[in-house]
Amino acid sequence: MTPATLGSATVWVLAAAAVFGVGLYALILARHLLRQLLAVKVMGSAVFLLLVVAAGPIDGALDGIPMALVLTGIVVAVSAVGFALALLVRLADVTGSISLEDDGGGDDGP
Amino acid sequence: MVLEALAGLVFLPLLAATAVAVLPGRARAVAAWLGVWPLPVLLVPVVAEVARAGEIVVPIAGFDRPLGIVWRVDPLAAAVLVLGSVIAIAVGGYAAAAGFGPATRAGGRFWPLWLLLVAATHALLLSADLFNVFVTLELVTLSAIGLLVLEGKPAALRAAMRYLLLALLGSLAYLLGVALVYAQAGTLDLHQAGELLEPTLLPVTALVLMTVGLLLKSAVFPLHGWLPAAHGNAPGPVSAVLSAMVVKVSLYTLWRLWFWLAADWSLGWAPVLLGGLGAAAILYGSLQALIQERLKIMVAYSTVAQLGYLMLAFPLLSTVGFAAATYHLLSHGLAKAAMFLAAANLLKGVGSDRLEHLSGADRVRPVDVLTLAIAGVSILGLPPSGGFVAKWLLLQAAWAQGGWAWIAVILAGGLLAAAYLFRPLAVLTARPAADPRPGATAPTVAATVLPLLLAFAALAAGFVPAPVLAFLEGGAPPGVRP
Repeated sequence: MTPATLGSATVWVLAAAAVFGVGLYALILARHLLRQLLAVKVMGSAVFLLLVVAAGPIDGALDGIPMALVLTGIVVAVSAVGFALALLVRLADVTGSISLEDDGGGDDGP
Repeated sequence: MVLEALAGLVFLPLLAATAVAVLPGRARAVAAWLGVWPLPVLLVPVVAEVARAGEIVVPIAGFDRPLGIVWRVDPLAAAVLVLGSVIAIAVGGYAAAAGFGPATRAGGRFWPLWLLLVAATHALLLSADLFNVFVTLELVTLSAIGLLVLEGKPAALRAAMRYLLLALLGSLAYLLGVALVYAQAGTLDLHQAGELLEPTLLPVTALVLMTVGLLLKSAVFPLHGWLPAAHGNAPGPVSAVLSAMVVKVSLYTLWRLWFWLAADWSLGWAPVLLGGLGAAAILYGSLQALIQERLKIMVAYSTVAQLGYLMLAFPLLSTVGFAAATYHLLSHGLAKAAMFLAAANLLKGVGSDRLEHLSGADRVRPVDVLTLAIAGVSILGLPPSGGFVAKWLLLQAAWAQGGWAWIAVILAGGLLAAAYLFRPLAVLTARPAADPRPGATAPTVAATVLPLLLAFAALAAGFVPAPVLAFLEGGAPPGVRP
């Protein structure tokens, strides 16, 4: 492996790790649900970045499978986030709150 | 014949889900029932072929690994598929009898998600491709959470939002692990990756990431925080399927990773650590169940505890230990579904599931109390029941390797289960009986009988375990101790 390719792959892997860490940090610390959701999205981008790095180039050619995985992953992420946004709006409508902090563990109910 | 049956297991409910979403009233009912009723019939040739050949391997559309996705049905997959189809029909039938009839408005929202959940669960159980498992796991989670919020109650919405955020976090950790596996092995096939990978730094990191993600999704102690509120506040039939199937399929994936992909990695204390989490889940979940004031939350904490027994498969892995854990998965699925449905009937028939309001509820809902008691026999592992067989075999597996600590945990878990189950039963049969609360309505006859049948099925699993156990032991993971 030449120093150049070693360098670039490592940089991208480290970048992915950093982005994942930023997302995780925000997910744990944020109270507003929209921020938490965005944090999850950021973490997802980090995973896709890692997959793209895994795609190569090996011997000058790109591996197509990780690209296909990223595409599928994006479709899954879009549906999940769309659903989460709908849930968030309903939650805000019904409870008037846009945070999970003050629900006392969620054991209330009938 | 077998191939068509396998395809039917996934595509029949999937097509029915689409049909129910677009058809009007009556036609919707036909489509919904066509989506679940034929499933046991389709499973007959599949189980027969697995019993004969040991395993069915299907490269989908003829594309073989590493490019294509392979379906692989072994005795473990076949057994969980059978449980899945029983739950799909019995709990689906209950839903139809309890306000979610396919021809009604509420049913029109329930059945597409229900059928999608069934299809996704089956696809996950069949798949031997790590990325395909990711996609199906997402489908399972999203459809399950969609079902959870159908009634739109604030408590359910909050529980669903927390569940969704943590489930997404879990999937991302799992997907990160999959990316690492692909970067190392150049394949996504679970068995092929297992042959190619050695337990060096990156593959072990991948396994750890996937494990943490799946533990979060299956609510294993100490990552169980989201489960009681989610399972305890969902509509009755949804609680049942969440506890009986949804948390189980991510644990099933975890077994696949550790017992198949990482079969010949020597990982030192890691299996004991996972078993330790299970032991902590058994003790903590049982103690929490003991102090709950709401019946459904209590049943949900019981799920936290019972999932712990499935984690004992890691340190106690042997032919017997594996068959025992699988048997526990099956019998707990039946008993816990029965329990949640009976609890939902009591909630509806009395108007509350707080223990203080349930005093003497056996006067109005005698059959539900009977269902709770019979399902409880299996949960706490009294003979003759499926739960007894599973726990007895787990004790044997622990005995065979001299694991005194595991024996102590299994026995303590049984005693605690007796305590937390007798407490609501004592209240339910207490005198004087409390008056029904405002808003109480009697559940239908079908909604009363179906949970009882499930409870009897869990009991019946204790009478004829031999053929099932022989079938399961034939599918024990590669290289395990006899």
